[in-house]
Order: sequence, then structure tokens, then C-alpha cells
Amino acid sequence: MMRFRFTQTAIDTAQARRELLDPGAGGYASFEGWVRDHNEGQEVTRLEYEAFQELAVKEGERIVAEALRRFPVKHALCIHRVGSLDLSDMAVWVGVSSAHRGEAFDACRFIIDEVKHRVPIWKKEHYRSGDSGWVNCERCAAAPHHAHEHDHEHRHLDEPTASHS
Amino acid sequence: MQLKIQYYALMREQAGRSEETLETASNTPADLYGELTTRYGFTLAREQLKVAVNSEFSDWSRRLAAGDAVVFIPPVAGG
Repeated sequence: MMRFRFTQTAIDTAQARRELLDPGAGGYASFEGWVRDHNEGQEVTRLEYEAFQELAVKEGERIVAEALRRFPVKHALCIHRVGSLDLSDMAVWVGVSSAHRGEAFDACRFIIDEVKHRVPIWKKEHYRSGDSGWVNCERCAAAPHHAHEHDHEHRHLDEPTASHS
Repeated sequence: MQLKIQYYALMREQAGRSEETLETASNTPADLYGELTTRYGFTLAREQLKVAVNSEFSDWSRRLAAGDAVVFIPPVAGG
């Protein structure tokens, strides 16, 4: 079973959670990313996600594999939506099961942080004003000297460009 | 030589297409990006992008071969 995958339809968290069950696990931690109604002063009405899926699933799998090496957890899974999403729709789900809670939270945080910075997925925001824009692409096109901020080696933990966190 | 190029997100909109087969004299992804920027007026500087060849991340100076599939990767925004 692939540990990073895309879906065109709503993420089935009940099914995803079942894939993490393990007799040695004492619990699991999950993260859900939702579509938020504002970003950088703009009123957001909906989002479109697009991915270079062939490479994205490889890079996503590498991230989950790294998490399983770095943290003593049982299972991990990440599912990302593509297509058109409305406010409050779930854009991404990460779940990690482990013997104890600490490493489950840590691995979950690691996976979502790495996915946001490494996996070739793009997000177009549609605004109340009628405008739209590709997140991280339109503004930095005007200010290319800020390009390094998007490199995951130099990121800020709470990057301001995310539509949720 | 012929290359297959795929475009995503902002670059897909700026190129006006999601893929094409291109006859080119560009030998590296860096040269190819310069050629395509002249043609389509891409607004992103090469330093802001990554590049993939045959569905794996690649160096900008890699020697391209006939039939290679090239994808330029604008700043990502998953999650």
C-alpha cells in the first residue's frame, strides 16, 4: 500500500486511520489541513490543487520513509487532495501510529512540514475580488531575490504563505 | 533533438499548454529554460525553480538526451 497518495474526492479519514492500526500501537496522531477563507489579506473563496503526480508520489514516499527511519513509529500515511476545493474542505491528511504519543506527534509534524516544502504540488487561490493567484509563485515572480525562502533547507517553521497551518 | 516538456500551474498558464514535443538545440535544462522563457515570457527566474528529467529531480547542467521528458517545477505550495 502506498504511504503517500492523491485523491480527487474527499479524503476518507476513517479508512485511512484503519491502515495505521497495529497491535503494538498505543495511539495515533493526525493532522488535517483545511481550506481557509483568508490568506495574506485576501478573502479566499476556493482553491485548486494541481500536482506533478509521477514525481510527487515518489517524493512523498521518500518523506514518509524518512519519518519511519527518524522516529520509532509503527505506521505513517499521507493523503493529499487535487482538484477544486471549497472552504473548510480537507486538503491534506497525515496520520502516524506508534507505541507512545510523543513520536507520533513528532513524525506527523515532520511529514506535513516536509510535504509542504518538497512535494511538487501547487495551489491556486481564488479571491472574493475576482482575482486569483498561484501561492508562492506570483509575488516571488516580482521579487526573485526572495526565492531562497522557499527552499526547505532555509524555511521558517510557520511560513506565512500557507493557507492553513 | 526532440524533448517532451510538461507544464504545471503558473507555467502551464503562461505557456498556454500542459505539454508539448519540442525540437531543440538546447543541451541542458538550463539552456532549455532560457529558450522557453524567450518563447513564452515565463516570469519566474530559473533560480526559483527546480527541474525534473524523466520524473526525477535533476541538475540544471545535466546533458539532455533525445526523448527525455522535462518538467520545470515552480515554487511548491502543498498542504
